[in-house]
Amino acid sequence: MTTAVPRLVEVRRNVLKQNDVIAGELRRRFREAGVYTVSLVSSPGSGKTAFLEKTLSRLGPSHRVAALVGDLATENDAARLRRSQAPVRQIVTGTVCHLDATMVRDALEGWNLADLDFLFIENVGNLVCPSSYDLGEELRIVLLSVTEGEDKPLKYPTIFNSADVAVITKLDLADAVEFDWDAAVANIRAVRPNMKILSISAKTGDGMDEWQRFLEARIA
Amino acid sequence: MHELSIAISLVEAAEEEAAKLCAAGVSAVHLRLGPLSGVQKESLLFSYHLAIEGTPLQGSCLLIEDSPVMVFCTACQTRRPIRSLQSFCCATCDTPATDVVQGRELEVVALEILE
Repeated sequence: MTTAVPRLVEVRRNVLKQNDVIAGELRRRFREAGVYTVSLVSSPGSGKTAFLEKTLSRLGPSHRVAALVGDLATENDAARLRRSQAPVRQIVTGTVCHLDATMVRDALEGWNLADLDFLFIENVGNLVCPSSYDLGEELRIVLLSVTEGEDKPLKYPTIFNSADVAVITKLDLADAVEFDWDAAVANIRAVRPNMKILSISAKTGDGMDEWQRFLEARIA
Repeated sequence: MHELSIAISLVEAAEEEAAKLCAAGVSAVHLRLGPLSGVQKESLLFSYHLAIEGTPLQGSCLLIEDSPVMVFCTACQTRRPIRSLQSFCCATCDTPATDVVQGRELEVVALEILE
């Protein structure tokens, strides 16, 4: 006869353990292969793809680069990134609003990681959900475009706190939208003290030299 | 909203743990949830009810214990809460904080099982 009184049993189990295990395996594979992996997160329309396209084109001549790009429904971003000549694979997530480590692992199938110096992973445009999922990346970049407003970091502190570097994009539009640089920096550092902040314009190329030097220093 | 995916992972994790304990059923799942996990409590509670349908956890409830952000404050040389997520500094001395020691949790800490 079973008793109807429940018994409380302590367990310790990370809900995303499976993702974290796969992300840990990916990180080990990336390090063993000597490929430096950078993921990009931001809201939709902040300029991730333009930034990444310019990054791939700039690094391409001197480094071996490749990219994975997540999108809910289209292959448009991958088509744009392929103009850089780098190998690019699209991860179409369907209704899923973020990438997880399994999607990254599956998308890498058949690529020899040892043939790469840099791998970029462009997440789905979303400032909420990607923060929960480790992708095995070495560096997580969060983008903030000048057109979004300086208070975005305060509205989405978790994703900014989970990132290593903030990149302010669309600098060429800063004057037109009266972007308050000091407020943006203060807000980013309020949610993530001491965070490294870069600013760029993919259109004019402003700031791209410093970004490139920053990346190259990672693998030096 | 990714809480439904999280709820499905949560149910799978709880099912596995319940199976290890040879439980005949599960009446409650206790979860510790930190604000830096990126998971919304209310959305997760809502999603949980959808995720347990047709699983051995059907009929169980989800009990969430908040796990507030704690940092190691370099000035105070001890664990401290922060002012807020919008002001990531020691609540006692205002020193900016980078060493998070608590607040990322998304973990099952206990099950109420039927035997």
